Amino acid sequence: MAKLESTFKNMVLSLVIISMVAAGALAGVYLLTLKNIEAQKLAKQEAAKLAVLNGHEDGVAIEAAVDGFGGQFRIMVGFDQEGNILGYEILEHQETPGLGSHMEHWFKNADKPGQNIIGRKGGALQVSKDGGDVDAITAATISSRAFLKAVNQAYAEFKGTEATTGASQLHQEETIVEQEESEEVL
Amino acid sequence: MSNGLKVLTNGILKENPTFVLVLGMCPTLATTTSAINGMSMGLATMFVLICSNVVISLLKNLIPDKVRIPAFIVVIATFVTLVQLLMQAYLPAIYDVLGLFIPLIVVNCIVLGRAEAFAAKNNVGLSALDGIGMGLGFTLALTLLGAVRELLGTGACFGCPVFPDNYGALVFVLAPGAFIALAYLMVIINKIQNK
Repeated sequence: MAKLESTFKNMVLSLVIISMVAAGALAGVYLLTLKNIEAQKLAKQEAAKLAVLNGHEDGVAIEAAVDGFGGQFRIMVGFDQEGNILGYEILEHQETPGLGSHMEHWFKNADKPGQNIIGRKGGALQVSKDGGDVDAITAATISSRAFLKAVNQAYAEFKGTEATTGASQLHQEETIVEQEESEEVL
Repeated sequence: MSNGLKVLTNGILKENPTFVLVLGMCPTLATTTSAINGMSMGLATMFVLICSNVVISLLKNLIPDKVRIPAFIVVIATFVTLVQLLMQAYLPAIYDVLGLFIPLIVVNCIVLGRAEAFAAKNNVGLSALDGIGMGLGFTLALTLLGAVRELLGTGACFGCPVFPDNYGALVFVLAPGAFIALAYLMVIINKIQNK
């Protein structure tokens, strides 16, 4: 078959047809994978919730989002009734691999009390450079600052809702609803 | 058939997209912080490259010359989005690592470059072989670069510690290290090929 001439009609037709087929294929695969992708997201959130509560059934898991070094990241922090940190998980981040990305483990290293935040009280955590008592990740002070800000934010929310509702179980559900709303906005 | 073999090996050595053609540097430098990241990115690109080469080769007579670039880009972008959706749904662990970089495949010059330089002029079989060859070459290059950077930067290779990471030179994991490692690898590979 000879090559189509570059006439206006041919150009429009070929682009329209290609775009339509492409759109159809994308829509099909999107619908096909939608369920799975949603399930993955939910499973990740559930796993994170279990991990941060660390077996404490009366704890509260709270999500917080802040701007880090490489864009926004989201963490989940678990608190017990007194506001002590039970654990944390990074849900999503874009920090530098090998530097900021160390935050996934750095702040829960039980062998190094200077950098471990598990068991500490939330609210006023700061890196040592800013006068606090948490050792920042080597060469990733900005990521560390952002991380602690997120933890403090989560604590503030924990305190705020604690005062009004007083029921941790209720609060967990509230956070989930909030997350879903914010995702839609994004 | 010898022609097909030539096309296949062409992308791996003589016209290696990374070390010889120096195309697609953005994903090359950004994703090769570790060997496994480099390899996954290479494989994802290879998949897109093969699909787009085949489809463009099939459509080449239906696409008028003056609108070929937008038509190619639509085809490529469609495959990239498909890869992203499928990966997100069925390979969440890899998606966590690579998710950010998958959209970069659209602007990878290799994919458009091969569509324009090869698939638009050759038949389907040869275009598929070219996609496989170029994809393999790109994957090998990215894996090699990732392995070198991971080894020098963190003391591990494919996640297995080789020496304690206290001795790693952090710069190799960061952007400047990507340029340095790439330059030295290019020198070495050109030296070997010119012999």
